[in-house]
Amino acid sequence: MELKDIIKPENLVYDKPRLMNDNPMHYCPGCSHGVVHKLIAEVVEEMGMEDKTIGISPVGCAVFAYNYIDIDWIEAAHGRAPAIATAVKRLNPSKMVFTYQGDGDLAAIGTAETIHAANRGENIVIIFINNAIYGMTGGQMAPTTLEGMVTSTCPYGRDVTINGYPLKISNLLAQLEGTCLVTRQSVQNPAAVRKAKKALRLAFENSMNKKGTSVVEFVSTCASGWKMSPEKANKWMEENMFPFYPLGDLKNV
Amino acid sequence: MAEEVKLMKGNEAIARAAIRYGADGYFGYPITPQSEVLETLMAEMPWKTTGMVVLQAESEVAAINMVYGGASTGKRVMTSSSSPGVSLKQEGISYLAGAELPCLIVNVMRGGPGLGTIQPSQADYFQTVKGGGHGDYRLIALAPSSVQEMADFVGLGFELAFKYRNPAIILADGIIGQMMEKVILPPFHPRQTEEEIREQCPWAAQGKPASRERNVVTSLELDPAKMEENNIRFQKKYKLIEENEVRYEEYQCEDAEYLLVAFGSSARICQKVVENARAEGLKLGLLRPITLWPFPSAAISRYVGQVKGILSVELNAGQMVEDVRLAVECKVKVEHFGRLGGIVFTPDEVLQALKDKFLRS
Repeated sequence: MELKDIIKPENLVYDKPRLMNDNPMHYCPGCSHGVVHKLIAEVVEEMGMEDKTIGISPVGCAVFAYNYIDIDWIEAAHGRAPAIATAVKRLNPSKMVFTYQGDGDLAAIGTAETIHAANRGENIVIIFINNAIYGMTGGQMAPTTLEGMVTSTCPYGRDVTINGYPLKISNLLAQLEGTCLVTRQSVQNPAAVRKAKKALRLAFENSMNKKGTSVVEFVSTCASGWKMSPEKANKWMEENMFPFYPLGDLKNV
Repeated sequence: MAEEVKLMKGNEAIARAAIRYGADGYFGYPITPQSEVLETLMAEMPWKTTGMVVLQAESEVAAINMVYGGASTGKRVMTSSSSPGVSLKQEGISYLAGAELPCLIVNVMRGGPGLGTIQPSQADYFQTVKGGGHGDYRLIALAPSSVQEMADFVGLGFELAFKYRNPAIILADGIIGQMMEKVILPPFHPRQTEEEIREQCPWAAQGKPASRERNVVTSLELDPAKMEENNIRFQKKYKLIEENEVRYEEYQCEDAEYLLVAFGSSARICQKVVENARAEGLKLGLLRPITLWPFPSAAISRYVGQVKGILSVELNAGQMVEDVRLAVECKVKVEHFGRLGGIVFTPDEVLQALKDKFLRS
């Protein structure tokens, strides 16, 4: 007897999305990436857009996003995903196009590409993982690193007199005429995951309805980079990240 | 529509040829002396006729990445710029080469380094044929010496880029970009259909149907053994291009005792030098590399034993001369003559330089 014979459709309460393949993920335990990946797979699948979706993966921890979600992917140079997505969507308007970017990729090296793609109102979805640290390179300061937060390149805590202030780039993007949805979400508990999925679905629908650029920021954990247990990272995020990066819609038109 | 004969600038010819050769997209950023490419395309509004997308990007960096995006979906896409802008594109060019993406890049060179000048130069030869970006890669480099070739090489550039899945570059300069000449524009070629792209570019990211594995366009491979394999594959491709795609033109070389080697606008000036020299009884010939990479080394090496000296004439401090010397393996004396920083030599200056370097001793 196989698993599918035991689990009858009427008994099935939860299933992995078909678009998530069986490749073992390289993400650390407690990392938010895996959950966000799953949500993307679910939304694309539920919209029936599997064969029309093109993802642009970043440089950063999610560089290998293409290993896990079974759609066509383009791997971008660091920060350039919104420029790439611009051309992909303009040349292929019937396709559903999204970028998946971290805070360094989107809000430091790719600030210009992000702002200008959003300002042109490109019909794309920008998925923004903000964990306030460079995970892939080993925990350096990000543009979104909180004041006083310790990283390997601000080992005594971020000093705003030296490093400037943590950048609320979503607030900036919400000011632009080209964006139709800018929302800040998280995935640290089931309620947050459900909410985040709704936001993602709306973002993808906006892109197909030619409403302009949708930005979904995920305030996220980086247990390894923050040097905390997954559980503590979630708690730390709620206590420290959420006050500075409050969840909810910054813009929804 | 059929062929058309028009009088126009080289930059304009690039733009009009792009539409006629069925380009799907152009992404650029203004910079002198090539802004007419973007201006012409915007004025022509090809999105209303052929469906070609034209977009002014926020930077050269964004423009080359838009090219990367468009090329990743199998579309015929291009960008153009001038020297400082092409420096900004080098990151993207390396990624395009690494992901084996076909596309067309145009560099209408101006004097450098730095912000330099807006006058013509050929000082980006090294950048174009020796790398420019990081990693072991090659660009198929075409050097037009007329407005006609500006138009023709758009078609040829796309053809070679798709044949070999490799970026191609048109290396022009401010003279070719700005001068007006008669040009025969090609007839309109239709843009590729989605079905044609699927057939010709099975690697393209177009949305994954259930019938195939997902396509991932990337230059990344963390396993060094696999990355070496990728590089070996690139090198095999480059060798194939070197064997099959060398292009050059010879002018009055049959009985030449001295040879000029020059490309682009320098070659136009050198034609006059050859005529003037022959009027004085000096048997001079001109070899014009059309492909700067692959370089016509074999063609040049055939003059070993025939000519007494070779002068590499370039609007730079001596770049292509290194490849000319390598081609003849120092069996013939090879010298360089150039002007720098946007100054263009006269035929008299070139002929005098030839006499000074080879005939005085």
